[in-house]
Amino acid sequence: MADGQSTDPEAARIEAAVEQPVARGTALLQVRDLKMHFPLTQGILFKKQVGAVKAVDGISFDLNQGETLGIVGESGCGKSTLAKVLMNLERATSGQVLYKGEDIAGVSGRALKAIRRNIQMVFQDPYTSLNPRMTVGDIIGEPYEIHPEVAPKGDRRKAVQDLLDVVGLNPEYINRYPHQFSGGQRQRIGIARGLALKPEIIICDEPVSALDVSVQAQVINLLGGLQQEFNLSYMFIAHDLSIVRHISDRVGVMYLGKMVEIGSDEEIYEHPTHPYTQALLSAVPVPDPSGREGRERIILSGDIPSPANPPSGCRFRTRCWKAQQRCADEEPLLAVPAVFLGLPTAAAHESACHFAEDVDIVGAG
Amino acid sequence: MSTAVSAREMTADSADAPLLQVRDLHVEFRTRDGVAKAVNGVSYSVRAGETLAILGESGSGKSVSSQAVMGILDSPPGFVTGGEIVFKGRDLLKVGKEERRQIRGAQMAMVFQDALSSLNPVLTVGSQLGEMYRVHKGSNRKEAKLKAIELMEKVGIPGARERVNQYPHQFSGGMRQRVMIAMALALEPDLIIADEPTTALDVTVQAQVMELLADLQREYNMGLILITHDLGVVADVADKIAVMYAGRIVETAPVHELYARPAHPYTKGLLQSIPRLDQKGQELFAIKGLPPNLLRIPSGCAFNPRCPMAQEICSAEVPLLFPVTEEDGTELPGRGSACHFWKEALHG
Repeated sequence: MADGQSTDPEAARIEAAVEQPVARGTALLQVRDLKMHFPLTQGILFKKQVGAVKAVDGISFDLNQGETLGIVGESGCGKSTLAKVLMNLERATSGQVLYKGEDIAGVSGRALKAIRRNIQMVFQDPYTSLNPRMTVGDIIGEPYEIHPEVAPKGDRRKAVQDLLDVVGLNPEYINRYPHQFSGGQRQRIGIARGLALKPEIIICDEPVSALDVSVQAQVINLLGGLQQEFNLSYMFIAHDLSIVRHISDRVGVMYLGKMVEIGSDEEIYEHPTHPYTQALLSAVPVPDPSGREGRERIILSGDIPSPANPPSGCRFRTRCWKAQQRCADEEPLLAVPAVFLGLPTAAAHESACHFAEDVDIVGAG
Repeated sequence: MSTAVSAREMTADSADAPLLQVRDLHVEFRTRDGVAKAVNGVSYSVRAGETLAILGESGSGKSVSSQAVMGILDSPPGFVTGGEIVFKGRDLLKVGKEERRQIRGAQMAMVFQDALSSLNPVLTVGSQLGEMYRVHKGSNRKEAKLKAIELMEKVGIPGARERVNQYPHQFSGGMRQRVMIAMALALEPDLIIADEPTTALDVTVQAQVMELLADLQREYNMGLILITHDLGVVADVADKIAVMYAGRIVETAPVHELYARPAHPYTKGLLQSIPRLDQKGQELFAIKGLPPNLLRIPSGCAFNPRCPMAQEICSAEVPLLFPVTEEDGTELPGRGSACHFWKEALHG
């Protein structure tokens, strides 16, 4: 694809597109029918494919400039795989990822380098995502080795110290090693590294789930402040529904490789129409004991099925209390349900259920 | 057993003796870098049928104190250096090793956080469950297996008869945690200590497991100590709460009162840092600073460097767990706060 370094027209086109400014609120990243299947093979010498783990199986959504899109779902739903595909850490099986209109799924070489500068990632585990043998200065400054145009050699130390200051760490810590920091401070280092190249999009994969409760709020506040300051767009992947609601403008709910419901935070939390979203919201423990006796919970039976062999039709039907024959035969599409179409209600948002219903759930606030 | 229950402990009436009473427990870890004081004078009690939640962040000593109660502290480097653990009238720190071993499992049992690493990967689930009966009750293999099946059905594992011969890796996370609960229940103990039982699980599965624990507790009238950092889980199931910080209990209260009117700035800060609907788009309240290093616990109140209410006395004097009262002096049963300014925290 991108072997011809200097004459590659695709790379040149993407490099040009990346420089284009995008108006606030318009789509920066458009994901269309994205699939990531991991092959399952059998045999040692003559490997033959016997199936595939469909980690991400046909997902479409937009990420708008300046917004935070929250992605929630349980383990195994494919939310982290989605992040990896968007980062080009995994090569998508099929589908498109349009960044400012250019398809970036599976690009390599010069084009990939240009994209990476603009899409950065903050990882979940601040203990394993920092190299223990590198100083904080080297960790945060490493992106400049690959993209020297962002900070010329002489300015790098200053640039790193500025970044430390921006994320609320003492700039004098530049020569320390990761083990000298606490979890929350390490996550700040990870965020500083993500910011180094002045990206437009930061994909945060469970950025606070490894942190103590009292430190989580600090990091959430930091992310919020940075978004304002640097005009960032976030894709915020998490399983903590109340944190996602706090930080997100829109929320997408994933189940077994599919997006089952997507809408504004109010639409999802106040008017969930997909039974899985409803169950998820009602299962979240509410940090308020008053009225706990009267609270009705939807307790799902069973476990999430294997993504290597997902149920036919609607993937949630094996655990769904509304499931009927139609759910096994026909896969529901992610669209505004017909019953709500054109109605002036917050329930009129995209939901992949044949029997979508607006239910009031007293759940994660 | 002594019937004098001081106001510092959480029980107000001493009519029926609590199942477990921990008094002034001290645990330290002697490490190469110095002595880490993990637990510094912790007292609490649990009755039959009651759920005590011990709430705290990592390093607060919540797990260590319960490991000391169970008698499974890694020693060395961990040492119980003081206090009493009175279980059904006997101080467990004074009984012999062999007797302690018989109490453990039969009368008090523990559910661990990480079910995958707590189960033996090379033995079937059935043989691990049956082991409880073989070791403690002297059952033969066949009896033990039948008992194991019975237990697995009890905790809602579908297809118990087939799954009894499977290995832990063949179970999902939620099912593994059910196996752990089954194991803890096997000998119908009086007390269960659950250390972050649902932290590794997804929310929908967490709801299933917590419901199971609560049902079984009701059925067997067991005492339950729930160790967690999750304010949501606590609010759902606890009767009373002990909040720990840097090895001490900083606040105790019945669950409804703790959430409605916290009397310690740390508890207040924790509750305020939960995102709430009306704060959307605003900055979250955040407790400044970091939890202390146990090798160098701040002098006076350990929370004082992070506390918005701290004054001079806070770095000079360790606050006791003061009984908390209404403004007019009315006693609030079961409430205590280890803050010099608890009145301001509660009423201010």
